[in-house]
Amino acid sequence: MALDVGSSIPELRVTPDKYLPHRYAGASGDFNPIHIDTEFAKAVGLPSNILHGLYGMALVARAAVAAVEGDPRSLKRLSVHFRGMGLPEQEITVTGTVTEASAGRVVLAMEAEQAGNRIIRNAEAELALAG
Amino acid sequence: MGREKIREYAAAVGETNPLHLDLDAAKAAGYADLVAPPMFAVVYSAGSVAAGVLDPELGIDLARMLHGSQEFVWGEPVCSGDAVTTTTTVADLYERAGMEFYVFESVSLNQDGQETVRGTWTNIVRTG
Repeated sequence: MALDVGSSIPELRVTPDKYLPHRYAGASGDFNPIHIDTEFAKAVGLPSNILHGLYGMALVARAAVAAVEGDPRSLKRLSVHFRGMGLPEQEITVTGTVTEASAGRVVLAMEAEQAGNRIIRNAEAELALAG
Repeated sequence: MGREKIREYAAAVGETNPLHLDLDAAKAAGYADLVAPPMFAVVYSAGSVAAGVLDPELGIDLARMLHGSQEFVWGEPVCSGDAVTTTTTVADLYERAGMEFYVFESVSLNQDGQETVRGTWTNIVRTG
């Protein structure tokens, strides 16, 4: 795949199911009740239990690594801003555009969007290409 | 780091790359064992950061705290069998536009002293 400045990487589309936040809580160790307890989340003013921000960041990382043939060593740096709240059972779309491309190094501007809400913004991924 | 924890994390975030799931594939790619996805850094470093977030000396109002931004810079890959140690420091504290910013920096080293990841965790507390 050509990674020229201005080109887009393949989109990643994921719909986290109702129990995804529970599985992510177990895998990550983050059991904050706003992610796994709908009643608690509503009691503190949220629409329902919300996705872990770092789960969304993991989707951004997946899309970045997939864009360079999938070796996890390629990903050197990823920075993100969390905005809005991700919710279970709604599709998330991760997109990225090449902003720099030089010998062996690619920088992507990325974001994650759900139902018109940009839940991760101003994300930047730096990748080293193999070879 | 354990193989089943890496597989559990990979499943939770939808990773299907065999380097995280299949020992033979990971070894064929030059890894000593199953390699963790980059964002697995959360699994082994967040506990150290949480100790800082919960430090009563800082007095963070957890009910009003949001995770504002995050950066990871990766070094040596982490494989099953590695032993990683993370140290967290308070990198910056400031107020802006009615919000308090608490910035933590975590540095994780493997058993050979090689840096696996450096994290910058910015938590925001609304005071207005």
